[in-house]
Amino acid sequence: MPEITKQRPKHLALNEIRLPLAGFASILHRIGGAGLFLMLPLLIWLLQLSLGSTQGSAEMFAAVTGNWLVKLILLGLTWAFLHHFCMGIRILLIDIHVGVEKQQAHNSAMTVMVVSLALTAILGLKLLGAY
Amino acid sequence: MKRLVVGAGYGLKDWLAQRVTGVVMAAFTVIIFTAALAGAMSSREAWQAFMGNGLIRFLSFLFIVSLCWHAWVGVRDIWMDYLNSAALRLFLHVMTLLALVGYAGWAIQIIWRL
Repeated sequence: MPEITKQRPKHLALNEIRLPLAGFASILHRIGGAGLFLMLPLLIWLLQLSLGSTQGSAEMFAAVTGNWLVKLILLGLTWAFLHHFCMGIRILLIDIHVGVEKQQAHNSAMTVMVVSLALTAILGLKLLGAY
Repeated sequence: MKRLVVGAGYGLKDWLAQRVTGVVMAAFTVIIFTAALAGAMSSREAWQAFMGNGLIRFLSFLFIVSLCWHAWVGVRDIWMDYLNSAALRLFLHVMTLLALVGYAGWAIQIIWRL
């Protein structure tokens, strides 16, 4: 019997792993998706308040969205949604064999990161009432 | 390609569902974005008039259903990837499914009341 040299099970040192950019963008896709899922009740509630016909719902909507913590969460969710959106398009393109090569995949991951962050900045400034 | 598939469908249906629901949501997002640029969110009245439009109500219904279906596949994948305990996985699968069905009903009720 050959001696087993490798130690099993192998535990991954998550803090030492250096993911390639595409892998980094991919895990952000998952984290962002999870965040959106967890915050769905807040988003549906805000939809309800925004479409409510009473004066009370209008005031509540203003009060909730005026809260700085809610603003921060919404800013995070805006990024999560935009990243998920851009990454989704990237995945659909790869599905039809567009951008499969290593360098192209790296470039498209970079594009996803840059575009989603830029759009988040634009919408974020709107959210924070800068314009 | 011929593969020996034992058991379930290797997730092909989920894979396809994830793409179809993703495209529906992406298309709706573009519509909402365009409408917002055209002033659909300029005031509460404008927003409610926009969301009350028959076609938009139809599309937002599709968006909600797509979102919940999409979230089901995605969140279930997370549980499957990281949890080893079958009992815990089953519990969270059921909880996720129940939550999403409830969210769908809640959200649809909001848009269809308009």
